[in-house]
Formats: sequence, C-alpha cells, structure tokens
Amino acid sequence: MSVFIIRRLIQASLVVFLMSLIVFFGVNVVGDPVYMLISPDADQAEIQATIARLGLDRPIHEQYLLFLDGAWRGDLGNSFVFGEPALRLILHHMPATLELAFTALAMAIVIGIPLGLYAGLYPDQAVSKGIMAGSILGFSLPTFWVGLMFIMLFAVVLGWLPSTGRGDTATFLGIESSLFTLDGLSHILLPALNLALLKISLAIRLTRAGVREAMGQDYVKFARAKGISTKRIILVHVMKNIMIPVVTVMGLEFGALVAFSVVTESIFAWPGMGKLLIDAILQLDRPIVVAYLMIIVLFFVVINLLVDIVYSILDPRVRLQDQGA
Amino acid sequence: MSDATAEAAPPEATIQPVDAETPFQRFVSEFLDSKVATAAFLFLLAIIALAIFAPWITPQNPYDLAQVDVLDGRLAPGSEAFAGYTMWLGSDGAGRDLYSAILYGLRISLSVGVTSGLIALVIGMAVGLLAAYTGGRTENVIMRIVDLQLSFPAALVALMLIAILGKGVDKIILALVVAQWAYYARTVRASALVERHKEYVEAAACLGISHARIVFRHIMPNCLAPLIVVGTVQTASAISLEATLSFLGVGMPQTSPSLGVLIANGFEYMLSGRYWISVFPGVALLVTVVSINLVGDHLRDVLNPRLNTGGGK
Repeated sequence: MSVFIIRRLIQASLVVFLMSLIVFFGVNVVGDPVYMLISPDADQAEIQATIARLGLDRPIHEQYLLFLDGAWRGDLGNSFVFGEPALRLILHHMPATLELAFTALAMAIVIGIPLGLYAGLYPDQAVSKGIMAGSILGFSLPTFWVGLMFIMLFAVVLGWLPSTGRGDTATFLGIESSLFTLDGLSHILLPALNLALLKISLAIRLTRAGVREAMGQDYVKFARAKGISTKRIILVHVMKNIMIPVVTVMGLEFGALVAFSVVTESIFAWPGMGKLLIDAILQLDRPIVVAYLMIIVLFFVVINLLVDIVYSILDPRVRLQDQGA
Repeated sequence: MSDATAEAAPPEATIQPVDAETPFQRFVSEFLDSKVATAAFLFLLAIIALAIFAPWITPQNPYDLAQVDVLDGRLAPGSEAFAGYTMWLGSDGAGRDLYSAILYGLRISLSVGVTSGLIALVIGMAVGLLAAYTGGRTENVIMRIVDLQLSFPAALVALMLIAILGKGVDKIILALVVAQWAYYARTVRASALVERHKEYVEAAACLGISHARIVFRHIMPNCLAPLIVVGTVQTASAISLEATLSFLGVGMPQTSPSLGVLIANGFEYMLSGRYWISVFPGVALLVTVVSINLVGDHLRDVLNPRLNTGGGK
C-alpha cells in the first residue's frame, strides 16, 4: 500500500516538475514583456532598470532556476502589471472561483442525478427522451454561448438577475462567501448554472447508464422476488451501487469545473482566478500566467492522486495491477 | 419521433433483398433509419455548401473595405443597406452585413476545425498504431503520455498552450491539435490491439508481409470505424473550442474573424438590446456543432455492432 502511494507521489511530482519546465520555457519564448510595460517614451536607462528589476537580463536557465527556487518557497514572481506577488493575487482570487465551482458541482448532482434516475427507470417515456435530448444539447452547446443567452434572457429581457460581478459576501462559520447573502445568491445563480450545464448532462448520462445496467442485475431481481417495494429497491439497492462511480466521476470533474470557470468568469465578469488568467494572457503578464498554470496543474495532480489512492483502498486490483506493470 | 421511424421502417425492410446488400449500402440504409440524423446530415451539407460558396451568394465581402459603409453600422435585421440590398440579419458595429460576415466566418471556423481535426487524426492514428503494434516499452511510454494528457480537459490544454504560445491562426491550430491527438491515439490503439491478435494478422505475418504493409493495409482499415466516430465528435468540439478561445479574445485574431470573433464583437452591444450582432453568428455556430454531434452520435450507433445487438432500439 505505502509502496503504491510512494510510487504515485513520485509520478505526481515528476509531472509537476515537467509542467514547470514546459510552462516556464514556453512562456518565456512568447513575447517581450519589457515593451508591453514600459511606455514608448521611456529612455534607455529606464528600460535597463526595469529589465534588471524583473530579472529579464539573465540567461534563461538562470531565470528558470530562480523561478524554481522561488516556487519552492511559494514565491512565483511579481505580477508585471500589479507589482504584487503573483501567487498572492491568485490565492486572493481563488475563493470566488472555488465558490462558483462548488455551487456548480452541487447543482450538477442535485439536478443531474434525479433526472438521470428518471430517464434510466422509464427509458421509453417522452419525458425521458426529452431529458436525453436535453443532455445532448448540454454537451453540444458551447458554454460561452449558453452564458450569453442567460445574460440576454434573464438580465436584459426579463431583468430578473444581475449579469455581472459577485454580489455581497457574508461570513458564516469562518467562511466568507456570497452564498450567505440574498444579493450574493442572485449573482451566483446564472454563472453557476452556466458552469454546471455540462456536468448536469454528464450526471444524467452516467446515472441513466448505471440505472439501466443495474435494473437487469440478479440482485435487483432477487430483491424483487423477496417482495421488496420498488421504491426501496431503487433508493437503497440500485442507488447504492450506482452512486460510487457517479460520485467519483463528479469529484474528478471538479478540476474541470475550476478550469472551465475561465470561460464563465469572463462572461459574467466574476472576479475569480480564471478572469485573472485571461486578463494576464492579454496583457502578457507572464508571472500570473505561470503561477496560474502551475496552480491548476497542481490542482489536477492532487485530485488525480487522491482518486488513485482512494480507488486502491476500495479496489485492491488497481494496486496489484500497478505492481505487475 | 419514434412513431414516425417505426412507420417508415417496415416497407423499406421488406423491399430490400437482404443478401444483395453491400456493407456500404447496409450502412447507408441503417444511417437513414434515423430521421434526426438524416436531417442533421442534410443540414451539415447545406452549411458546408454555404461556407464554400460564400463569396458568390453574399451581397458584400465583409472584409473588403470598399464595400463596407460605416453608416450602415448596427442596423436592425431587415434594414436596407446604403448600397441598396436588404440586410436580413442586420449589421454589426462596423457596418458589415451580418449574413455575409457569418458565411465568411463559417468558412474560417470550419476550416480551422477540420484542419486541426485532420492533423490530430493523422498524428493520433500513427501514434496509436505504433503503440499497439510494437507493444512493450514503447507502448508503455506512449500510453503513459496519452493517459497523462487525458487527465486534463482538452479545453484546459488548449488554453494553456494559447497562454504560452500567444495568438494567431497557426497557434490556434497547433493548440487544437495538441489538445486532441490523444483522443485519437487512445481510440486507434484500443481497436488496433484487438485486431493485432486476430488470425488474419498472424496469417499475414506468416506470409512474410512487411510490418508496414500489415499495419497500413491490414490493421488500419479495420480501425477506421471508431476513428470516424471520434473524428466527427472531435471536429465539433474543435470548432466549439476555437469559438470559445476566440470569444475570450485569446483565439483567432480580428483579421480572421471566425464565428467566435463575431460573437465576441457583438457582446458589447448585447446589453443595449442589439442582440442580433451576437445571436445570429451564435445560432450558426450552434447549428453547425449540434448537427455534427447528432451525425456523430448516430454514426456511433450504426458503426458499433456491439451496441446494435444490445439495447439498439
């Protein structure tokens, strides 16, 4: 067991190291941020001073070593535009993104699983066909387009909900979140639903497939033969078996939600780290881009690592297979 | 919908002599069984035709400055342009006829999506075949990389690359290729692995046929069906991914206005009620992506024999 975890940890750190290499060298080939940040009428001395201040005059491998050394201490450089540490800026914007992603995940589970359950139990009903058609649309429609339509319908035409920004926040149990105020809730509803749409479709499909498979299994037939009510068969026996894969996949999708929030945040002007990234790309603010990419890679690696470990505890075959390979 | 197909299906089945069908004919008739997929396919053909013939069927070339009049800017759908023709879909902020702009945008969106899809397909197929045929250490290394990449969503991979590479048509195509090749590689490797252990491959090897010939003439053709399915779906997602990146302002440049760029340009007018500048290019994008997905979804049902025997209603 511990061998398995150590192997996975080594693999994960290798991935992070490789990504740091790719990201750093990649970003340093793009453009010359010096000319993005210094006004055209600055004199040569000013330019030189800025270059020296940002460490852009050193050889690139030295810059990388400096970067690694800094990253080790949690210092990923200062933002060219804001002049603040990049990591602190990102961490400052992270709660808004996490709040959005968590709300979207909750929506996906609360909306998607019941719909999928219904479609799986009554596959030939018109309602089920409607649900499945809806889930195909959910997969096909580009997120940004749905977001635009939400803004147009609910904010411009109907005027029910605000279309931009994060609302008031309140602190509850030590967590500051806009989920605890009415204004905050009205602000988060549209972006969270927009972000959740793809995952709702996914939850519908997973649950439906699981239910259809489970309903034909011997244990369901046996439970029927014992005279257990249909309600109990579905809610206890079937749900128990299909929830494990569904919840696992949805958990894995949390990383995707954080990554996709880049799009939603840009549309709804949600002040999260995704919007920060897009602004940084447009302004060639390299430290922010590098820091964001490193954090998102770390995020994914940690999520995958946790899922791997939990899986190997639940299912010993995974870890035996790994040792054989 | 299901009632209509049930009524239409029996007469066809009785007319067609079963033994005289070639596999391709069977494929076509099975495909046409689904009214939705057939309609989607016709839509798709129409969209491709509109994109190809755009210069001949639009009233103006929206990127020829001599033909665009700023005074026509932000006209509502159905207004008459200064040059005399009717702008059925209205005009954008710079006075371009939206109908023309959309058809020209479709050209760009489709060609970027298809080009990157094809390149990713070729690379993914080569890598997948190599992994399945050589096996051992090579396969292990290749599949590790594929698995690693597939643990990140394609959109994130593309966005990371764009963050690193910057804007530009070539960079978008590169980002889309890198984001997608792994899907093809995984598909091809899975089906090539099955084919490799079949008797006909062993027989071919016994006959002393070269490895290259076995891979390309014997194994590859048998892996094409799943590849086509993945190819359609991936092309749709490439088009929508490009539109997303362009909408965010990190995709196609203003000089190559794909549908995503058009939608982004209209965004600022939307809150003031001039919905058409964003909505109509969006509808074009939507119809394209949904049509491709519906065709791909049905192709999967038709081309996958396992599903047909199972719950293939």
